[in-house]
Amino acid sequence: MRFKRAVLLSVLALLMLASAFAQKTTINFWTWRPEDVEVYNRLITTFETANPGIDVVQTAHKSTDYNTILSAALSGGSGPDVFQSRAYGGLETFAQSGYMESLEKAVPELKNFDKAPLRGATSIKDGKIYGVPFASQTLFVYYNKAIYKQLGLSVPDTWDQFLANLEAVKKAGLQPIANGGKEGWTLEVMMGAICPNFYGANDFFNAVVAGKTNFQDPRFVAAIGKLKELTPYMPDLYMGVAYTDMQSAFINEQAAHFIGGSFEAGYFAAQNPKLDFDVFAAPVAKKGDSHYVSVYADGNFSMNSGSKNKDAAAKWLRFLAGKDTGNAFIKELKQVSAVPGVDTSPSPYISKVLSLQKFNTPYLMLVGFRYNQPTGSVLIQAALQGFMAGKFDAAEVARQVQEGIATYYEPFKKK
Amino acid sequence: MSSKDLRKGLWISLFVLPGLALVVSVILVPLFMSLFNSLFAWKQLLRQEYIGFDNFAKIFGTEPYRTRFFNALGNNLRWFVATMLVQNTLGLLFGYLLSRRIPGHGFFKRVIFIPVLFSIVAVGFLWGLYLKPTGLLNGFLRLMGHGELARAWLGQESIATFSIIAVNIWRWVGFPSLVFLAAIDNVPVDCLEAAHIEGAGEGRIFVRIILPLIVPAITVITILTIIGSLNVFEQIYTMTGLDGGPNFSTDAIGTLFYRTAFGSVDSGNPEIGIGSAIGVVIYVLTFGASILTLATMGSKEVEL
Repeated sequence: MRFKRAVLLSVLALLMLASAFAQKTTINFWTWRPEDVEVYNRLITTFETANPGIDVVQTAHKSTDYNTILSAALSGGSGPDVFQSRAYGGLETFAQSGYMESLEKAVPELKNFDKAPLRGATSIKDGKIYGVPFASQTLFVYYNKAIYKQLGLSVPDTWDQFLANLEAVKKAGLQPIANGGKEGWTLEVMMGAICPNFYGANDFFNAVVAGKTNFQDPRFVAAIGKLKELTPYMPDLYMGVAYTDMQSAFINEQAAHFIGGSFEAGYFAAQNPKLDFDVFAAPVAKKGDSHYVSVYADGNFSMNSGSKNKDAAAKWLRFLAGKDTGNAFIKELKQVSAVPGVDTSPSPYISKVLSLQKFNTPYLMLVGFRYNQPTGSVLIQAALQGFMAGKFDAAEVARQVQEGIATYYEPFKKK
Repeated sequence: MSSKDLRKGLWISLFVLPGLALVVSVILVPLFMSLFNSLFAWKQLLRQEYIGFDNFAKIFGTEPYRTRFFNALGNNLRWFVATMLVQNTLGLLFGYLLSRRIPGHGFFKRVIFIPVLFSIVAVGFLWGLYLKPTGLLNGFLRLMGHGELARAWLGQESIATFSIIAVNIWRWVGFPSLVFLAAIDNVPVDCLEAAHIEGAGEGRIFVRIILPLIVPAITVITILTIIGSLNVFEQIYTMTGLDGGPNFSTDAIGTLFYRTAFGSVDSGNPEIGIGSAIGVVIYVLTFGASILTLATMGSKEVEL
């Protein structure tokens, strides 16, 4: 009898112990950044120290598989409590399906965020905010400072100066531009970096989004045409050159320029700490013009509307909207954090990017035309591949994009 | 039915059941689910009202779906024709040579078959490296003094699909080779000896005796080629990506289906209704073509 009682008591004690552990809330947190796991782990440690009752469990998925895995998990009723979500059209899929919690109340910090990054976290259907924006990205030209010094070149202001620099690099036997065209999205990035200064940046963006003009606008056709002038300076057989080839050519100092996004800098620096690089905004048509850069919100942190731990999830989101996260983005990830009021002085690179953002224009297709199929990005990527390979001209690129978007875009239908 | 028959039937069911359960749960249910899903309108990830065959009509009649679909189907056709002509002819040749016990046939048999065992993803990735502008193949051509033949094998619209097909043939040619070898080895020796004594040459024996007797093997290989060509996905995914680039030149209905149903980072929102409809079309095409082949080839079979 006594033995039985002892067993009973110990079982009871175990149960109590287990329930004490169970009271600790676990937040599942998903990202598409396997590269950044360590940085997030440090943030999680900071957060957990301040919030002893909450455990944050991080899972990083491969970026290209992320949407599929996330939508399967969410539509299956499971899924993480807090997750990285894409901006603009990518946000819309989950927000309109009711898988995201709107965050105005839960995360009061959002009031202080800048309008531009918030645009990527706001549904165009109901105007509610469904995410805490984490970073903005800027598209521009990276250049190798050592090569510039060696050849006596200076940062180009106009398009002609840029072409002259490229010619000088080519004469010196180096690769002028690292970019290729095997993956369409790298060509879209190239367009985003180079073309705004030729199509008239925000004037054209606002007009085309409003349907006051369309993609067959001569300004847009001429801007696309400029990209072809770069092909003599791109790698041999550039249509077969993939993104990773481009990166390694620039990292290994074989190429003098890399036309890309602000998201590359951290990787470049990590892969080759000796690489001496800087960035400049794409050149302009004539002296005195403003140098515009394309800018877009990279993504957000969102809350699963089906989460069982919404209070704890909100705490974690408020932390992600705070200065600790902002600092980690700037110092460790070399990303332009969307958190307002973070000191950027420790990173000259981030300060430089912010100074380039003075003249910014939305990244055309991502911000304006990724809400329906076929997206502007799909159309321009395929068309640019045909164009850069020499299959057809810039007018045909414009026609294909216009025709594809006009199948669903209301402002184009009225015209 | 006697109780003995009943017991036998029960025993058979017992053995069939696990396999049947597996087939039903992972093949039949998803198949009918996608048929079901394809008959509805979708708002993002949520199923809406029943719309009959509208999604199918869209694939065949509305831009941009129509262009994308027929472009992709055209590439599947290229896969089929090129695989039939090159891979299966090579397979037949290899099988025949191996059956003639050419010197070193044991070695060749293994060498030809080894790539079949490789993971398709690893093959795609490695050949992706070899086919780069600065990769092994172009390097070899330049070394041989034929630098003018160097190409962006996976980046040039006109040849990208054929580059991927060539890699797949390299990987898979061992399979038809072995099937044909086994079939030719099964041709009764007395037939062949009789033909020899009558004075028939090698070529004549091959065309008049061996070929008619291995029609069942040819049928099997043809059907597998049809199924393989219509379902090709991993090769394209690993070598030119989900978008079937450049400029959709390597797109196949498999990649089109995946992109449409699940969305990709760039192609934007998933369209589950249309994606499911493409899935059903793939199934109907595969099934129909296989049945048709079976019917036409079956009539060419000869009994000894």
